[in-house]
Amino acid sequence: MKKIKTKEDLFQLYERNKTLLALRTADERVKEDVEKAKKNKTQREILVCGDTGCASAKSKVIFNYLKKEIENRGLDDKIKVIQTGCFGLCEKGPVLMSFPEENFYVEFKPEYIKNFVEEHLINGKDLDRLYYTDPITKRKIPKRSEIPFYKKQFKIALRNVGVIDPSQLDEYIAVKGYQALAKCLSMSPMDVINIIKKSGLRGRGGGGFPTGIKWEVCNKMPGDDKFIICNADEGDPGAFMDRSILEGDPFSVLEAMAIGGYAIGANKGVIYIRAEYPSAITRLQVAIKQLRERELLGKNILGNDFSFDIELKYGAGAFVCGEETALIASVQGRRGEPTTKPPFPAEKGLWEKPTVVNNVETFANIPPIILNGPEWFASIGTEKSKGTKVFALAGKINYGGLIEVPMGTTLREIIYDIGGGLKNGKQLKAVQTGGPSGGCIPAEYIDTPITYESLTESGSMMGSGGMIVIDEDNCMVDVAKYYLEFTTHESCGKCAPCRIGTKRMPEILTQITEGYAEDDAIEKLENLGKVIKNASLCGLGQTAPNPVLSTIRFFRNEYENHIKNKKCKAGVCKNLFIYRINDNCTGCLVCFKNCPAGAIIGAPRQKHIINFEKCTKCGICFMKCRFNAIEVV
Amino acid sequence: MAKIYVNGQAVECQDNLTILEATQQLEDVYIPTLCHLDLEAFNIEHHIGSCRICMVDVEVDGRRKMLPSCATPVKDGMIIYTNTPEIIHTRRTVLELILSDHPFECLTCLKNGNCELQSLSKEFGITKISYQGKKKNYPIDVSSKAIKRELNKCIMCRRCETACNILQTVGTLSGYKRGFDAVVAPANLKPLVETNCTFCGQCVNVCPTAALTEISYINDVWKAINDPNKKVIVQTAPAVRVGICEEFCLDHFDPSNTGKLVTGLRMLGFDAVFDTNFSADLTIMEEANEFIQRFTKGGRLPLLTSCCPGWINFLEHNFPDLIDIPSTCKSPQQMFGAIAKTYYANKIGIAPKDLIVVSIMPCLAKKYEAGREEFKRNNIPDVDYVLTTRELATMFKEAGINLHKLKPSEYDSPLGISTGAAVIFGVTGGVVEAALRTAYEWITNEKLEEINFTQVRGLDGVKEATVDIKGTKVNIAVTSGLGNARKILEKIEDGTANYHLIEIMACPGGCINGGGQPYIHGDTNKILQRLNAIYTIDEKSKIRKSHENPDIIKLYQEFLGEPGSHKAHELLHTNYFNREMV
Amino acid sequence: MGVALDDLQLTQKECHNELLEQMYNKLDDFISSLGIQKRDPFRKGHLIQVLHKAQEIFGYLPEEVQIFVAKKMNLHLSEVAGVISFYNFFTTTPKGKHQIHICLGTACFVKGAQRILEEFTEQLGIGPQEVTEDKEYSIDIVRCVGACGLAPVVTVRDRVYAKVTTGDVEKIIKECKEISSE
Repeated sequence: MKKIKTKEDLFQLYERNKTLLALRTADERVKEDVEKAKKNKTQREILVCGDTGCASAKSKVIFNYLKKEIENRGLDDKIKVIQTGCFGLCEKGPVLMSFPEENFYVEFKPEYIKNFVEEHLINGKDLDRLYYTDPITKRKIPKRSEIPFYKKQFKIALRNVGVIDPSQLDEYIAVKGYQALAKCLSMSPMDVINIIKKSGLRGRGGGGFPTGIKWEVCNKMPGDDKFIICNADEGDPGAFMDRSILEGDPFSVLEAMAIGGYAIGANKGVIYIRAEYPSAITRLQVAIKQLRERELLGKNILGNDFSFDIELKYGAGAFVCGEETALIASVQGRRGEPTTKPPFPAEKGLWEKPTVVNNVETFANIPPIILNGPEWFASIGTEKSKGTKVFALAGKINYGGLIEVPMGTTLREIIYDIGGGLKNGKQLKAVQTGGPSGGCIPAEYIDTPITYESLTESGSMMGSGGMIVIDEDNCMVDVAKYYLEFTTHESCGKCAPCRIGTKRMPEILTQITEGYAEDDAIEKLENLGKVIKNASLCGLGQTAPNPVLSTIRFFRNEYENHIKNKKCKAGVCKNLFIYRINDNCTGCLVCFKNCPAGAIIGAPRQKHIINFEKCTKCGICFMKCRFNAIEVV
Repeated sequence: MAKIYVNGQAVECQDNLTILEATQQLEDVYIPTLCHLDLEAFNIEHHIGSCRICMVDVEVDGRRKMLPSCATPVKDGMIIYTNTPEIIHTRRTVLELILSDHPFECLTCLKNGNCELQSLSKEFGITKISYQGKKKNYPIDVSSKAIKRELNKCIMCRRCETACNILQTVGTLSGYKRGFDAVVAPANLKPLVETNCTFCGQCVNVCPTAALTEISYINDVWKAINDPNKKVIVQTAPAVRVGICEEFCLDHFDPSNTGKLVTGLRMLGFDAVFDTNFSADLTIMEEANEFIQRFTKGGRLPLLTSCCPGWINFLEHNFPDLIDIPSTCKSPQQMFGAIAKTYYANKIGIAPKDLIVVSIMPCLAKKYEAGREEFKRNNIPDVDYVLTTRELATMFKEAGINLHKLKPSEYDSPLGISTGAAVIFGVTGGVVEAALRTAYEWITNEKLEEINFTQVRGLDGVKEATVDIKGTKVNIAVTSGLGNARKILEKIEDGTANYHLIEIMACPGGCINGGGQPYIHGDTNKILQRLNAIYTIDEKSKIRKSHENPDIIKLYQEFLGEPGSHKAHELLHTNYFNREMV
Repeated sequence: MGVALDDLQLTQKECHNELLEQMYNKLDDFISSLGIQKRDPFRKGHLIQVLHKAQEIFGYLPEEVQIFVAKKMNLHLSEVAGVISFYNFFTTTPKGKHQIHICLGTACFVKGAQRILEEFTEQLGIGPQEVTEDKEYSIDIVRCVGACGLAPVVTVRDRVYAKVTTGDVEKIIKECKEISSE
């Protein structure tokens, strides 16, 4: 493979590679070729999502078989099969796309391959079964751009994910890869920093700290020994934005780290990645190897005297290591215990040297800001929250997956326009953002625009991007308890308020969910929560009470119902409700047949009865009944 | 310099101070602390900021938040409030949380009255715990002879970890597990006796609660004293006499302290009150002789002093290739025991098994040392029980003995007379100075005029000196604290050390700061006072060179023959073992 | 008539010891390849990587392996043990042959992962972090493997099961047995 030693080498390669992604991108330089290919159907590309999500549903098997099938038919010079990153509509995986048509195929199975190649690719027949179905109109929508899920999205961080083959440096170069770095190397580090400052980019890991200012503080620190760290310890359960970027577009993060290194004066980069992401680790290892071989990592990059290299460090399963000082402790081979700030890492970080820690998504935004200019970025989003944000939409929603929207998009737009509304026609109760550090925003506030400020004001926070949709069948006390139990397990144990406080809070919550809470339980939780927030050493403890405090704020009546009346209306806390069959019962025997505890007494066409003593509250009858005859009491 | 505002008043201070340090200079400002420990005297920092008791309200760079004063550096323009109602409420709640995970057994706890958590509770006026719940549940570790560990009382202040890993570089303790069950413990929660613990006891000295205390032998000693069939004698280490006065509000420099100690011991019921200082003089006789032999006859150099069992443990665990370097002399405690159970037992016509030797030590490693197999004869240990200065104070108080009110008296014969050279064993540099006083006269056969070797005195962790003995240059190094010992031993390993005589003491400052001394609760000035008191006793001693001790001379004449004799080797010398451990 | 039982056991022991030696050599080679100097203050930065490798080779991290790592890297055993006890990934007890990881991340939780866990517990008779008596199965809870769109998720080694229901539990257990007997 040819080395890329200078800027000229880079641009020459960019020129040579323009046909590589011709069918997939709207590249002006090869527009004519693309039109021709479309007309004559001479060239085709089939993209298969290789992200962990779809891979868990056999997408890698699909990729291999499809490739083989096409080879066997001698079509591999006309039809290229490429493995890419996440397309975003994960709920409908495995997902495939074909270009230049931009057809979108969902819920693909290995069994479909023969037919797909024969009938659809060769004979040009529409295979309706493979297309996306609109949940309301029931219409089939073959083209991705017409699928509602995609209409309101705007991709910056995810611009290349699901487009390029993440294992090929040449494809990255074909989409202007490393041109941002080339541009930076021709200006001073302070100029680079000013661009980032002007763009208004804020940390995407949750803190929301202005990236440009962080870089500036570190730049001003004396000394040649500095570090830039990529925080890939995405620990929020339910969040997989960073993983998708690393699996789908690793080179953008690596390029951005070099840009950051240049800006702050660091020659060494470290990516701290959680061990639970083996695919992402492999992708990064492959990418780093290619960069080193072609001299985009190492000494004198692109003919400049700037040298830069990157090391991978693995986590070992500790959520707290997402906190920057704990992360640094872990890189140093220690227990992941945070340290007091000040001093901040920009002053005294890894091995006591000035260090900048940025999130994966923050890095992914850097190259386009450099290439398109800070004004372009600042024109997207709102006044204080510029640009876009990637969210991992999950929970009781029809179309969960990975989305990227401009800041300022409302929750309503995300849940209904993009996510297709709630599953099974249920009522929206709340939206949880920010993971264990965040809070629950009730349905009344569904028109809240997504910005750092508005989410914080609502008692939640942006967090890293996890967004969980909660419906009427979820108990808010139980949700708070779930998050607190997570936090208890992940607290490092160093400081007293978090170590002991995050044990006491779930103890009180358990008392509430099991029906033996004391009358002042809510006041206790509020007081304790406030102290833990104020007194804890790090962000984990300081935000741990948020799920409790926000659910108390907006769902106080649920708490009171649990405490005073010992009732759980949502039918989750087993001691606090029973299932009862009402008059809607048609005597169909479905619940009777499915009850694992034999707790239902029923005869055909007669109203069934549940025996409370035998009932284990497993919920199967409730889920199975089609007549709304089983209610929570 | 920085200008900050504390509770409304403007204050100028150095800009490299923490908020706590800056406010400590103000008379009317007080911030409670718990995990914080001032180890500046030993060039170590310990401001972990983990207990969150010292929180203050800080407004800096336009943002207002609560920060730990012990760990936050001041910044010009900072506005600080130390006792707003919210701060007080926060501190109180945090303390309640800590107490909610703590056993409520103050009345029977060894640290009753001496516990920093207890004091803070009283100070905050805690009368109930609002947030009760599960508590830690770890077994108690009494596996060793010296240190008791009660993990349920650990408050994660990390002081012991700092003491063990950073100050002493022993590395027995580390944070273990995560979250609510996190404690500071040996690897995999092993019993202490299976670890590389040296029993130096620095962890016990710094622990604010009873998570780390000593294994007590008070009951065994009472039992022995009350046993009509046994004769119980006691020896007192040099550092004890300047430590115990703190328990009875006696001035460190009062010359009658030692005499009062002796009287008190007699009142407790010991059949004879002897002095470890006597056997310290004995140690010098043997060690000076050994040094001269090795120095003049091409023997293994450097010679390292060996009276400190903590440092011997350290050597055996970490530098097993160097076990031929220390002097073969036993420690004064063990020499005393050996002489007591032979020479003295004979003199008073008693069988060794009926003679109980109790030693009062400022040290915890001595408890372990007394139990070493090689210090027994016919299965009878030379030293039966070791009590710390603290335990002795407890016994005195239990017996209604107030040292303050006693008349001083003299030690008993024939193991009671000692010299100034012996008492300085209690401080860093003392052993080497005592050895030099004797070695000088033996090598030159001339009288030593300048008795004080001040170059080896003081609390610095590493001291180097070259002593000129009539043209012969002797290179000396003195270290205290095992972290400093490690540095010297690594130099010897690397072959870059060119010392002839090295003194190593495990405890920073020497035995005066031993693991068994009265708690100083962070007041390192007390260590300096103890040090100066020791040298004052030396100054005022009638005899100041070990070889001039008349009872020592008598011991050799009647029993041992001469230094290095066969009998001396049999009773007073030992060897060391490869006990390598990580 | 074949090999005597005692001889067989001895051979098994020899095999076991030889296997152990091979494993230690493998770990030793790995540590050496990192070029760690005895007194290098940065050597501790390699610890987590070394522990990952050690666990990969031995399957878990018993004290003998911890001591080996401590000696090779010139660290205190207490430091090594303290780090191991901090991180979820490292285990000092052997796992089952089939390690069943049940994700209890938010997306999976909200879709009923707790009931999946209960079903596995019911069928295998062990709880989280426990191993069955025959050492065949162990259950561990993980929090978010990042396949949230296909929640609830259960993984066994490199097999990922998506949209798992309580009815699938028996199938998954059976499949483990079938794959291992191939």
